[in-house]
Amino acid sequence: MQLPEISRQNLILLTGLTLLLAAFSALWMLQGLPPEGNRSFILKLRWTKLAGLIVVGAATGIATVLFQTVAGNRVLTPSIMGFDSLYVLLQTSLVMMLGIAGVAALPVGEKFLLEVGVMTLLACILFGTLLGRGARDIPRTILTGVILGILFRSLNSFLGRVIDPIEFAVVQQNSMASFSRIDANLLPYGLGLALLAMVGAMLLASRLDVLGLGREVAVSLGLRHERVVILTLALVAVLVAIPTALVGPITFFGLLVAGMTHGLAQTARHAILLPAAGLIAATMLVAGQLLFERVMGQAAFLSVIIEFAGGLFFMYLLLKGRIR
Amino acid sequence: MRLIGAGLLLLLPLMAVSLGVGAARIDLGAVLTDPWATLVMTESRLPRTLAVVLTGAALAVAGVVLQALVRNRFVGPETTGTAESAALGLLAITILAPTAPIWIKMGAAAISAMAGTAIFIWIIRRLPPREVMLVPVAGIVLSGVISAVVTFVGWQTDMLQYVGTWLMTGEFSGVIAGRYELLWIAAAAAVLAWFAADRFAILGLGDSVATGLGLSPKAVLRMGLAVVSVVTAMTITTVGMIPFVGLVVPNIVARLMGDDLRASLPVVAIWGAALLMACDLIGRLVIFPYEIPVGTVLGVLGAGIFLWLLYRRPARATA
Amino acid sequence: MIEISGVNYSIGGAQILRDISASLPKGKLTALIGPNGAGKSTLLRLIGRLEPLQSGRISLDGMDIRQTPTEALALKMAILGQQTHIVSRLRLRELVRFGRWPHHRGRPCACDHTAVEEALDAFELQPLATRFLDEVSGGQAQRAHLAMTFAQCTDWLLLDEPLNNLDMAHSRALMARLAEMVAGTGKSVVTVVHEVNYAAAWADHIVALKDGAIMAQGAPDEVLTEACLSALYDTPVTIANHNGRPLVLHHA
Repeated sequence: MQLPEISRQNLILLTGLTLLLAAFSALWMLQGLPPEGNRSFILKLRWTKLAGLIVVGAATGIATVLFQTVAGNRVLTPSIMGFDSLYVLLQTSLVMMLGIAGVAALPVGEKFLLEVGVMTLLACILFGTLLGRGARDIPRTILTGVILGILFRSLNSFLGRVIDPIEFAVVQQNSMASFSRIDANLLPYGLGLALLAMVGAMLLASRLDVLGLGREVAVSLGLRHERVVILTLALVAVLVAIPTALVGPITFFGLLVAGMTHGLAQTARHAILLPAAGLIAATMLVAGQLLFERVMGQAAFLSVIIEFAGGLFFMYLLLKGRIR
Repeated sequence: MRLIGAGLLLLLPLMAVSLGVGAARIDLGAVLTDPWATLVMTESRLPRTLAVVLTGAALAVAGVVLQALVRNRFVGPETTGTAESAALGLLAITILAPTAPIWIKMGAAAISAMAGTAIFIWIIRRLPPREVMLVPVAGIVLSGVISAVVTFVGWQTDMLQYVGTWLMTGEFSGVIAGRYELLWIAAAAAVLAWFAADRFAILGLGDSVATGLGLSPKAVLRMGLAVVSVVTAMTITTVGMIPFVGLVVPNIVARLMGDDLRASLPVVAIWGAALLMACDLIGRLVIFPYEIPVGTVLGVLGAGIFLWLLYRRPARATA
Repeated sequence: MIEISGVNYSIGGAQILRDISASLPKGKLTALIGPNGAGKSTLLRLIGRLEPLQSGRISLDGMDIRQTPTEALALKMAILGQQTHIVSRLRLRELVRFGRWPHHRGRPCACDHTAVEEALDAFELQPLATRFLDEVSGGQAQRAHLAMTFAQCTDWLLLDEPLNNLDMAHSRALMARLAEMVAGTGKSVVTVVHEVNYAAAWADHIVALKDGAIMAQGAPDEVLTEACLSALYDTPVTIANHNGRPLVLHHA
């Protein structure tokens, strides 16, 4: 679809975001690098973390935009609907079935792929039922998701206690987000899967534009609504599993990113929205981590600050009457 | 009356089991003669059982009051920011005046809980009136925001450990004589709520109805806030966060016997106690001699009941 | 021709449609009329495959709507449901462009552009084309939806109460345009109308539904009789004649 007057504006937006991300990434890699000594070691360490932050950000941002299009609502996010709690629960269930030693014996990559596979299946069944026909009663759907989230989290700690009341804390670590602990072994798998899912999302972009018109209009335009919904939910599941596996669950980050994306990119075209969301989210994480880790020396705060800001943003949307 | 009887029939045996179950083996018949058994009973088993009953009853009553104030059935003290606000107040007073006596700390927690709940009510009065389901969502998000603040402050001041015990899932395993008596204050607040039951019921019908019947909505609101806050603050500081009791018990009772609060509050209290007692026992028995916190058990069971309620009753049903 | 045979439909135990059999002629303007809750919209939505068919068979120009791929159907018929809130923030022209999507599926060409501009012209939307959907009035948004349906350029148009939100002048203009299209280009229109006089003035064929069953169907003269309409709406009506068409009078 040719939209000359808007597409130039969006071109500037995407270019600007890319440059901004590149600038922060360069700063991240090079800032305060010692003139000699362990330079290559430090660079490698920084590179791992940078890649992790970008993957986590981009996956979360894109997953949220995708999910909001499926749900037909600008407030629902995969995290609010309990996607990441489901993933954490899945991880614990795996421990339950195989035992701590059994899970430890699994190769990291295979275990991750297995989890993502099961997660995708479950998410499609569960949220496909909940949202398949375009969620008529949206507030109730939100509430259901929130409660499902609580249910998954409680089940998770329940299982955790049953598995091993003493080593409970180890299992429980999964349920707290930390951007400082990015698993380098998992990163290549996360990166690969995220790239695949993003390409898939871009291929769906035109169909997603139609999906954004609501079920009725979409069906009338000949879109295979159910199939696109399920495909999109599968992509969302993969894109949520990656950041959750890498850093843990982050509830409100996606909402913040999606809100900013729709505010900055004045378009409904997913070909623009999806990359914009990915770039915005990655830039926010890299810049935020740079600020907290290097400037303020307190790396752990970023996730707390994001939750706080995201929660306030949600309240703002609620009070402005934008949530319906 | 039948519901009270049924509740007691459930609660009393559960209490008896609770007195009998524990890591230490004692002979129940010898409680009066064997000094060791007497000690276990009076120092640990009895306080724990009483604590569970008091907490369950008080939280369920607080849930009813809160639902009347907010005019929405889908809220409870743990989904309105009340509990997190109490923790914030407690944290603040512990930082500012570490040596303050316990009653000052409790007072700070209660006042802060009241302020948090007032903010919640302010927010939801600004929501579109027909958006019933958004009210609990707003509450849960507000809880998240306040809890982020608490975590942040706790982190900064190296007090995360305390914060953890308040905000994490509540449990009764630490309850011994001398460490639960604050819960009697919560129970007293619940009794107070029973005396004012008619006022809350009328407020639940709307500000204009209340004014028309000669009640001051603001005064009733303040009293309700006080009850909810005191109950929540005492529970949080003694045993931690207990989810869903204040949410599901009032809903089930209202489904069975309607909203005549004077008649239903005692039923709510007994059933709340019975539910919590049952969950505490489950938590104590599943991986005996270890324990699963009652908050976790309730998180699973309560969420299940709640989802059932959500899809059973018509979507628009308000208080 | 749309052929409907033996269609039943129920939601949660409530029977909405019972044993509907009808054929809607090609190249005609067909109006579905009937009291509230008669099942008019449901029938239209079943034809437009917005709701899944529970029993019976519906075919459009010989294509079974259950067997034919939805993409192919979108090239044959366009259905406009009652307006729903669209989350995407769209300008009116962008919305109308989606009407071409079944033809290009993401890769538009010049002919798509022409069709969009024609549809915008037809509904007098050019001055509003760059406004956002949530910034225009209900009637203007309704016209934009109609323009999108027109831009789909299908043989069949199914419209669910298209006059909602439209003022008298625009309602009249729409009905006149539909009638003209049917007469001039051989297209076929099926529309649910709430106000029976719009059917009386413009329709070639009328299907009257009551309580989920067809009460009468045929040419306007056959269906719009005093006996039939009085029974249909449980209200006494008088039929007058205005410029050679029936006019239904039911005030006092």
